[in-house]
Amino acid sequence: MPTVAVDKEDLYQRLGKVYTTEEFDHLCFEFGIELDDDTTAEVEEAARNGQPTERPQLKIEIPANRYDLLCIEGIARALRVFLQKDKTPAYRLVFPTGGEANLLTATIAPETAQVRPFFACAILRNVKFTPRSYASFIDLQDKLHQNICRRRQLVAIGTHDLDTLKPPFRYEARAPKNIKFMPLNKTKEYTAEELMTSEKHLAKYLPIIRDSPVYPIIYDSQERVLSMPPIINSEHSKITLDTKNIFVDVTATDETKLNIVVNMVATMFSEYAADQYTIEPVRVVYPSGKSVIYPDISSRHTTARVSYINGCTGLSLKAEEIGTLLQRMSLIAHPSPIDPDNLLVEIPCTRPDIFHECDIMEDAAIGYGFNNLPKTFPATGTVAQPLAVSKLSDLVRREWAMAGWVEVLPLILCSHDENFGWLNRVDDNKTAVKLANPKTAEYQVIRTSLLPGLLKTIRENRKHPLPVKIFEASDVAFKDPALERQARNVRHAGAVWCNKTAGFEVVCGLLDRIMAMLEVPRILASDKKAKHGYYLLENEDPTFFPGRAAKILYRLKGNPPFSSSQMSQSPLTDTQHPTGPAFVTSPTGAEATKPSTFDNLKSTLSSVLPSIGSSLPKDLDIGVIGILHPSVLEKFEINFPCSALEFTLEPFMQEITPVWADES
Amino acid sequence: MAEQLQQHILDQLSSTSSIQDTRTITIPGDATPATSQDSQLIIQGALNSLLSREMITYTTQESFAYGLTPEGNDIADKGSHEAVVWSVLPLKGHGAALSIKDLKAKVGDETAKIGQGRAFKNGWVGKEGDGLVKLTANIDDVTRNELTEIRETGSVKAGEKVIADLRKRKLVIQKKLLWFTVSKGANYSTSSAKLETDLTAEMLQSGAWKTAQFKKYNFDAEGAPTMGGALHPLLKVREEFRNIFMEMGFAEMPTSQFVESGFWCFDSLFVPQQHPARDLQDTFYVSDPPQSLPPPQEYYGRVKTVHTTGGYGSIGYRAPWSEDDSRKLLLRTHTTASSANLLWRLANRKGGFKPVKMFSIDRVFRNEATDATHLAEFHQVEGVVADYGLTLADLIGFMRTFFNKMGIENLRFKPAYNPYTEPSLEIFAFHPMLNKWVEIGNSGMFRPEMLEPMGLPPDVRVHGWGLSLERPTMIRYGINNIRTLVGHKVSIEGVEKSAAVRF
Repeated sequence: MPTVAVDKEDLYQRLGKVYTTEEFDHLCFEFGIELDDDTTAEVEEAARNGQPTERPQLKIEIPANRYDLLCIEGIARALRVFLQKDKTPAYRLVFPTGGEANLLTATIAPETAQVRPFFACAILRNVKFTPRSYASFIDLQDKLHQNICRRRQLVAIGTHDLDTLKPPFRYEARAPKNIKFMPLNKTKEYTAEELMTSEKHLAKYLPIIRDSPVYPIIYDSQERVLSMPPIINSEHSKITLDTKNIFVDVTATDETKLNIVVNMVATMFSEYAADQYTIEPVRVVYPSGKSVIYPDISSRHTTARVSYINGCTGLSLKAEEIGTLLQRMSLIAHPSPIDPDNLLVEIPCTRPDIFHECDIMEDAAIGYGFNNLPKTFPATGTVAQPLAVSKLSDLVRREWAMAGWVEVLPLILCSHDENFGWLNRVDDNKTAVKLANPKTAEYQVIRTSLLPGLLKTIRENRKHPLPVKIFEASDVAFKDPALERQARNVRHAGAVWCNKTAGFEVVCGLLDRIMAMLEVPRILASDKKAKHGYYLLENEDPTFFPGRAAKILYRLKGNPPFSSSQMSQSPLTDTQHPTGPAFVTSPTGAEATKPSTFDNLKSTLSSVLPSIGSSLPKDLDIGVIGILHPSVLEKFEINFPCSALEFTLEPFMQEITPVWADES
Repeated sequence: MAEQLQQHILDQLSSTSSIQDTRTITIPGDATPATSQDSQLIIQGALNSLLSREMITYTTQESFAYGLTPEGNDIADKGSHEAVVWSVLPLKGHGAALSIKDLKAKVGDETAKIGQGRAFKNGWVGKEGDGLVKLTANIDDVTRNELTEIRETGSVKAGEKVIADLRKRKLVIQKKLLWFTVSKGANYSTSSAKLETDLTAEMLQSGAWKTAQFKKYNFDAEGAPTMGGALHPLLKVREEFRNIFMEMGFAEMPTSQFVESGFWCFDSLFVPQQHPARDLQDTFYVSDPPQSLPPPQEYYGRVKTVHTTGGYGSIGYRAPWSEDDSRKLLLRTHTTASSANLLWRLANRKGGFKPVKMFSIDRVFRNEATDATHLAEFHQVEGVVADYGLTLADLIGFMRTFFNKMGIENLRFKPAYNPYTEPSLEIFAFHPMLNKWVEIGNSGMFRPEMLEPMGLPPDVRVHGWGLSLERPTMIRYGINNIRTLVGHKVSIEGVEKSAAVRF
């Protein structure tokens, strides 16, 4: 949200009242802007200490879509209307003597379409600036540039002393080497190429056009440059405190924002024109020959239903009452003479934030006062329901905490090394989601394992007495080319034990405990007949110490035993591969309304293993357990042996039909 | 020895019934009575042990004695500075006077400087040429004598004035001396048999508990630490929020989708494609996988239209549209991406829309610079109510009830801007400790431009609100640095010790 600093005394003078800070804060709050700071105390303190002081300011936060409130002129105007001290100003276009035929003109060259196709102008005549209004004029351009103009990427504004120029104007686009002029605050001429390389203070804007073969440039009839948008204006036409006639140029990449910006600059500062609130328009001729008169400050006429506004707000106001509320918000509204449910609403060009009837409804509600609305409560009667995955992970969390383990909360993002290399895992580029623009190496991938976070937590807790026993039940994410968003989260449970001895049996006991709580029996790896249960299968896994690593396998209830070789064919779950575990999981997120236990797993498996229906199924590889390899400990700077456990919780979820499921 | 001493004290009490001054006791094995402070502390240990069994009572007495500072000790050993100076000089007429330089070399700078003046004043020494000589063959080193007396007796007969002077010269300090007056206690006996500390199974079996004497229990002592594990404090607060939602009839929304597309995270919510929230500065974009599959085709078309040319009563943003931006993959910046997906499914469910109240609490990501209150990841708490004919007054009333359940009574609502809600309200609560209004969350009614392209009936209105889980948790636990709450730098001990949460 932009923050605008306004001169306190000037603002109160414009509002016709000297407010206490509390009173003004309240006024802002009700209107929907926020008083961030009142510098009076600071200024007085500085004055007491004999330091140089500025005039006291109010710093006001403005909603990001209210470009009409980015300067003291706009804030004062809107608040006076809100306080019912004024009506919304009527801005007028005034043609030069001789009428429309004598309008100044600007022609757009076709080459501009390659870089910045839209162009508009406006003229403010016989302006009288004071140092403070001049500063405000400069500041408004800056605020617009930083906000709607997106740091000049989308729109750029130039303002010029019209009396130094000779129309008609030409908006062109030329190769950089063919552009040469004296830029603002310089004493010699530069080519565009030179400007692009030598001027540090322009650096942040250069990328906007740097790669374009042609740069936008505006000339007058004497081949004098006005500006090279969006980079810089020329020294020749620069405005000063004494400038009387101001020429505003605006260039943009779309017409909507072009109009909004030229209208804002023109309407806000038309206040200082000798004929207040008047603007002299300019005829702009497009390459197609079409000619448009800018700025278009006409109001937008629309309607709003009384029944809609009352229905949405919970009020029962009459059309006239709503009209009055809307007037306070700078809209002009009258009951329709034909339809008693309709208000005819005129939206001034300073309110481009209004798209829909709902925006008008909101203004009525603000006019009424959000805090004055009746106290009601929605009658929506519904039944509460947790997610299956939350119920399950809460069960695991509580059981493990009761078993004496401490829950930790590492980050989801981690470095590529932490997720792969440090665990002796190789990135096959099929598992982890990678980030394009992280600010630090801490955030390069979404973790595919809970181990890095658990190990980092142990590293940071060297002072904790041994043994350290921590766990986490949370999401990791995997790439999944079958899904719209190409990735899915999977709920894992993981734990690490750190002590003077590695204690494989301790993490094994933790696994046994949670399986007992989930009523999954322990079976032998050699048992081919058991219908349901879990077992450990020794496995070579470079994350773990040789001979002290195993896979955890799960045989689903009511399903014949599986043979155990085909699982590794899954593109998602190649557990033979040294990338480490990307355990079998069911899709979630968008697909989570589907039944989430066996049917779901089976469908996932059949989608990745087309043969699953006909050939022998197998037990699910749900995770890993073992003593961590000393080289892993070294990478995570842990000086004591550790045992670790990690497995997916997805096969253990109990189906819950969500309240929003299809009706059968 | 400790038991001997205890027995000695009990024996002495049996003959005298009280011991007026423990300095008269001779500790077994010692030759002389225990007058030193160290000895008295040993006696105090024995007394405390007897006291805990109520065999004696005692009162602590204190008196003051004087002792020497290191410098005072030095003088008592070697003589005062002036006496040392005097001692090295030749007697007048019995040799060459000693130069100041030689004096310094003999006795050191410090002694030469202090001793000279006093020796002159006492008339012990005098000048001869450039050097010094003794004026008298014998001296009385008063200071040394006084200090020796104090060292031996703790006082000096010459009186307080002398002591005050020596203290001023930092040669003597006052020492506190503790001693005790002892009398018989309720359980006095001359037998100091060891008392039982705990009731045991053996005592129950043998019946020994009936006659055993038990040591008095110190109820001020803390109990033994428990052995259990602990849940993380942030997730304890999450549970409290989940409870509030459940109490109010909310169903939990699926949010297991860290990776979203520009379409679901922004476009579907009517966030314009040029919105700053979509900047690289604010959002983590995904490089691999490269882009999303096409969103649901018809719905995508309606969303694109409402943005670019309007519809459903809206004029739209009328800005350029990029399908690439829609299909960019990113880490969700809010769980509202999941809410949008669910509302779309709700609009298209078999059987048609039905009113719902839904919530989620899950991780979101912002590519912001991190500091004491911001991490790149945090948890968003979100609630959504969708029904026919909901009103803004309902939303405010609902917020009051929701936050009252967290113990927040004093609320007010500020009009705000949010691209996907209209009206949008910032929720402020009065913070009694900070004595000011603080923003605690955001809320609003989802825009028709978001809801109607999904296929929801136009008279269905949807309330949404959100807040972070971290902020109320930091306030609850008085945490200033978020890194001590979330991430691997969290102290495990801190997790173990964090209190339960009761809003």
